[in-house]
Amino acid sequence: MSAVTDTHAQDDHHHGPAKGFSRWLLTTNHKDIGSMYLIFSFTMFLLGGAMAMVIRAELFQPGLQIVEPEFFNQMTTMHGLIMVFGAVMPAFVGLANWMIPLMVGAPDMALPRMNNWSFWLLPAAFLILVSTLFMQGGAPNFGWTFYAPLSTTYGPPSTTFFIFAVHIMGVSSIMGAINVIATILNMRAPGMTLMKMPLFVWTWLITAFLLIAVMPVLAGVVTMMLMDINFGTSFFDASGGGDPVLFQHVFWFFGHPEVYIMILPAFGAVSHIIPAFSRKPLFGYASMVYAVGAIALLSFVVWAHHMFTVGIPIAGQLFFMYATMLIAVPTGVKVFNWVATMFRGSLTFEAPMLFAVAFVILFTIGGFSGLMLAIAPADFQYHDTYFVVAHFHYVLVPGAIFGIFASAYFWLPKWTGHMYDETLAKTHFWLSFVGMNLAFFPMHFLGLAGMPRRIPDYALQFADFNMISSIGAFMFGATQILFLVIVVKCVRGGEKASANPWDGAEGLEWTVPSPAPYHTFATPPEVK
Amino acid sequence: MAENQTYYVPDQSKWPIVATVGLGVMMYGLASIMVFGTTGSWATFWIGSAIMVYMLFGWFGSVIKESRSGLYSPQMDRSFRWGMSWFIFSEVMFFAAFFGALFYARTFAIPWLGGEGDRGSSNMLWEGFQASWPLINTPDPQAYPPPEGVIGPWGLPLINTILLVTSSFTLTVSHHALKEDHRKKAKTWLAATIALALVFVFVQGYEYVHAYQDLGLTLQSGIYGSTFFMLTGFHGAHVILGTLMLVIMLARIQKGHFTADNHFGFEAAAWYWHFVDVVWLGLFVFVYVI
Repeated sequence: MSAVTDTHAQDDHHHGPAKGFSRWLLTTNHKDIGSMYLIFSFTMFLLGGAMAMVIRAELFQPGLQIVEPEFFNQMTTMHGLIMVFGAVMPAFVGLANWMIPLMVGAPDMALPRMNNWSFWLLPAAFLILVSTLFMQGGAPNFGWTFYAPLSTTYGPPSTTFFIFAVHIMGVSSIMGAINVIATILNMRAPGMTLMKMPLFVWTWLITAFLLIAVMPVLAGVVTMMLMDINFGTSFFDASGGGDPVLFQHVFWFFGHPEVYIMILPAFGAVSHIIPAFSRKPLFGYASMVYAVGAIALLSFVVWAHHMFTVGIPIAGQLFFMYATMLIAVPTGVKVFNWVATMFRGSLTFEAPMLFAVAFVILFTIGGFSGLMLAIAPADFQYHDTYFVVAHFHYVLVPGAIFGIFASAYFWLPKWTGHMYDETLAKTHFWLSFVGMNLAFFPMHFLGLAGMPRRIPDYALQFADFNMISSIGAFMFGATQILFLVIVVKCVRGGEKASANPWDGAEGLEWTVPSPAPYHTFATPPEVK
Repeated sequence: MAENQTYYVPDQSKWPIVATVGLGVMMYGLASIMVFGTTGSWATFWIGSAIMVYMLFGWFGSVIKESRSGLYSPQMDRSFRWGMSWFIFSEVMFFAAFFGALFYARTFAIPWLGGEGDRGSSNMLWEGFQASWPLINTPDPQAYPPPEGVIGPWGLPLINTILLVTSSFTLTVSHHALKEDHRKKAKTWLAATIALALVFVFVQGYEYVHAYQDLGLTLQSGIYGSTFFMLTGFHGAHVILGTLMLVIMLARIQKGHFTADNHFGFEAAAWYWHFVDVVWLGLFVFVYVI
């Protein structure tokens, strides 16, 4: 076997990276694995984005023009699945891999081989998922929420492959989360108490907990689907005593914490970036930690706000309505703290800060439309309209995605040893900012006027806003190629970055040289 | 925390990528079997499974070798402990999904189908459907032929409960013996645990045959059969996995592995076994008794 002998292990830490492709295939290095996660995530971002372009091209004008309705449904489904599980989640895991060991002063992740497995399972899972596009009967076409019985009784044959792909993604996520928790709880440098941990580490600790708590529930619900489809059980079939609504309960018990999984690490990253470019310490560190904890706990008791219209009892509607509104309190604390951090700071607006400030403002807009949706009687009107689409794209695009871009620009100098091209990065920001608002803001009006989501055609009165939205989407989509150019340019060269290229940035990651050496903190630093 | 300095970061390893190929091929094969059912699908599945078995022996083999050559610090040990604990927590949540389905069906879905409360409208679809638990008449008996009876709790399930609870005790006796370095005693009690586990699996298999052949209680017999076989089936699969772990631990003690104060492999298997035991107690109460 390939067991490492004793003497070999001792000089491990002095090795540079191995040569060739085997470096990436066999690596146990958190930085390599982090980079692979980020590259994979961006690849999926472009793939999912291309699908969004198909959707917006079809919706550019009323009437059916480019794709068949059946294929349109596959596009909305695959766009959602790829963006959630392939783009946003792996991007944050990539950031976690790169930054958590650097931030807590650990030599690597706690379980380095399992870390590599967590990553490589993702390409395998998405190979299976994307292959469904080429199968008889087409890819999954029931929306990313795969409600039964659409996905069971009426799903295409490829649904079974989709289920196994989700299982593999789940295994990957759970192992990744276990690794993050073990690293944070066990590998912190001496002196770094819990309440001295950087906020990105805190938010990831809580995110990892959410992942371990709900990914198995997702596995459970897809397993029930699998049994209903292939083995004649009746979990989601009322004629056997089951209930399609049961699917929605179990799915959203996973689904709601899942949306916080996609935003909490962004909260953490922004809590580093705003202080750095305000040249002030973060306002209200402890309240930030408690707020994230409160959001995470509340996320377990709000799931049925996604299903007000299925006919849950009135007491249930009231409970889930008030519980949902309660989330605005800790979220408000966070937004207040970010603004208070900027208040009377020496602000500069480099690309990370631009994305972070846009994050605070636009995520808040997404939060407010969330509050509107939380009102059960009003939700009867908004449900399954473009208002919902506008809402979750406002929290995910300028929320999660802008958070990822902000983090990428913030830490690129540390990763590559070069400064990125600031002018291009600012161009990337402004084009993304304008494109994204152009794409998603009109969707609020469309939804309030009654345009349902997930349809390839629409009534004539929706034509203008849809065209504006499509133009914005094309603009946002095309702009992302620029991000690729900026990153490639930055990797290949550019102005040399010092260990800490940002005036106000603090933390252990800025004490190591840029680019960060292949092995860092073989001896843990002392944290005062 | 001086031990930080010796935290073992393994060199490059082929096992993760072998595991990825194995799991991917196995899962793809499994899905193909269900959708296409061809011989090729079965071949794919078996190839994937073989790679997985090879990987499990290789990967765990490496870890055991590293552990025995003293590469692991107490800090590494804690990483393993956190890892195993959170893995078990994830398993708890997996079962929680199925228990949730059971509670939902019993408390809401079935009474509503029977015409209770606001959901009385579903009664219009299957007029005259009587809500009951266990569900011995399904709303649509053509699609889901109901069972003639269900497994009573005080026969085989009670025996199985006694078997599993006893096995948790025998395992603890074995663990204490290992901690006191009474290796022979540890082996005897571990072997007893494995024997109890095998009897449990046998009884469970017997019960399934009885359910299918005599009672008509199957996966297809409505929500009662669905939740019954889903919960007991996944539990049974976990018992088999836990038994395999215990067998490997017995083999390792036999080979002279483990010391009185360093035997986390054994402890991890024991934790897993106790978890499986606790899940069974939940099953016994909520699936069989109530």
